[in-house]
Amino acid sequence: MKLDARRSQFRIVAGVLAAAGLASVAGVHLSGEGQQAPSAIARPARTADGKPDLTGTWSNATITPLERPQGVSNLVLSAEEAARMEKTTADRVERLNQDSDPNRTAPPQGGDGSTGAAGNVGGYNNFWLDPGERVAVVDGQFRSSLIIDPPDGRAPAPTPEARARNQARMKMMEGRGQYDHPEFRPLAERCLLSFGPTTPLIPNYFYNNNIQIVQTPDHVMILMEMVHDARMVRIGGTHVPTHIRPWMGDSIGHWEGDTLVVDTTNFPLQQPFRGSAENLHVIERFRRVDATTINYRFTVDDPTTFARPFTGEIPFRATDELIYEYACHEGNYALANVLSGARNEEKRQGTKK
Amino acid sequence: MIAPRVVRELSIALVTAAVVAAGFLTTAPATGQAARPARLADGRPNLNGVWQALNTANYDVLSHNAKAALAFRPGPVVPVPAAPVIAFGAVGAVPGGVGIVEGDAIPYLPEAAKKQKANQEDWLNRDPEIKCYLPGVPRANYMPHPFQILHSDKAIFFSYEYAGAVRNIYLKDPGEAPVDSWMGQSVGKWEGDTLVVTVTGFNDQTWFDRAGNHHSEQMKVVERYTPQGPDHLWYEATIEDPQTFSRPWKIRMPLYRHINPNARLNQFKCVEFVEELMYGKFRKTPVQ
Repeated sequence: MKLDARRSQFRIVAGVLAAAGLASVAGVHLSGEGQQAPSAIARPARTADGKPDLTGTWSNATITPLERPQGVSNLVLSAEEAARMEKTTADRVERLNQDSDPNRTAPPQGGDGSTGAAGNVGGYNNFWLDPGERVAVVDGQFRSSLIIDPPDGRAPAPTPEARARNQARMKMMEGRGQYDHPEFRPLAERCLLSFGPTTPLIPNYFYNNNIQIVQTPDHVMILMEMVHDARMVRIGGTHVPTHIRPWMGDSIGHWEGDTLVVDTTNFPLQQPFRGSAENLHVIERFRRVDATTINYRFTVDDPTTFARPFTGEIPFRATDELIYEYACHEGNYALANVLSGARNEEKRQGTKK
Repeated sequence: MIAPRVVRELSIALVTAAVVAAGFLTTAPATGQAARPARLADGRPNLNGVWQALNTANYDVLSHNAKAALAFRPGPVVPVPAAPVIAFGAVGAVPGGVGIVEGDAIPYLPEAAKKQKANQEDWLNRDPEIKCYLPGVPRANYMPHPFQILHSDKAIFFSYEYAGAVRNIYLKDPGEAPVDSWMGQSVGKWEGDTLVVTVTGFNDQTWFDRAGNHHSEQMKVVERYTPQGPDHLWYEATIEDPQTFSRPWKIRMPLYRHINPNARLNQFKCVEFVEELMYGKFRKTPVQ
């Protein structure tokens, strides 16, 4: 299971969300985390201009999956169910943190054929992962899925038209291999964007789920620690012209009472989210509910891809941890190695045209 | 006998002090942009805005002539642009500049001076900017791209257009940086109306400009941001690096606020733009 989960995560980072098995992904237990309220959040909850203050460092890590697992019918889990999920995670982490067997045999040459972590020849082991260890709690409820609407907790599948459209786009890949060109590699592997969605801010179930928010009267800056993606939300105003397509889209915000509402459009074609790209419209609602929590609600809407919008809720928990620099591209030896490795393999097999 | 330069520096400092002491204007610019308060509610100068240097320091922090290119090879009469940059013509040429270094000299130690020369001669292969690597400090502030300061009573954060670089300015010292980084660790404090930012924890990978000026991981930068009116900041940075320089040295320049009503950062995620340069040779079928 653990490798399956790992591979699922890897597919998430490739922009293809795997629905299964993520509820039980392993996490790293940081001693003392959650034992005491972080000191940095003992601060006034409002800004000088009277708005709720979202400024701070937050984590959206959780073991609650985006979509409700098969066989689970309720959105709300009992305290016992939640405790069981958390214990299962903690037990797995404990098991995975044991020393490796020094007498284990080498992995098969060239890997075991799986796509994740270089064919399982030794990629990320549990030491590197920090996907979360707690069930998501929203408004006091333990949640079985982040998606709350549709009521079954599952994102609507792309419509037949959307599938046909996307398959036509995939035609360019016919007869080509996924290692033929850098553009065929996932955005995160190219160090263009964070592993996992940046708009909406869905946990990546991997590591580095930290978010820094800095709020001023006319801008709110949202930094994903992973790949240092800073999204600048302008308060008020209008979207940029439709031919301007920034990574993470173009975000404008406004306040509805005590809720910051952020409206994002103008996504690039190269940044699809569950089959939606150029017409993707994301509405995010940030509500500061207490000293240590932002209730984050997102709605994904694209009539050209989904029969209906879908909505999820994610708790952002305040953290005292400092944000590290994530210099992804500067240390990206792997992309050159992946591509040159493929060329060498072709040479070896005499397939080089 | 005080050198004329010192007198000049002194008078700049005095004028700066006078302007700051007078408090700064609170009138909105004539562009129709919404009035921007000169100070935050806590009384600090309001640093919010999109800022940019207007100089050629990113080509060379020292005074320099205009020249045909950044990379040359020997020619029959004078050096000519290196083959990879010929096609750029005048677009690849370098504009001249008066320099931003106090005294117009960088006090390199002998080995470090040799390294600067070697860097400059091998600029195409060595300048981290060519590969879209994070710019480091102070270079980030005078790249030919704007940057945005987000400033509230709780946080100061710099978001740069170039490469999406970011700097969180800690207002409470978190202690020694846990690891070396490209942008370093910034800790800020106020001295009157001047924001003083001490930056440490650098790696040795970034340059000061396209002229090969470099530093080691020992570098410490102390920056001073002093408002000079609603739309200008006077920026000074003192660079200290005993492994590279015989003494601390200083750069200074104004930073200008973008006052057009729709001023905003555009996106310049150049990682994507350098894929052909860095990985083109690994394509299954290289582009002809």
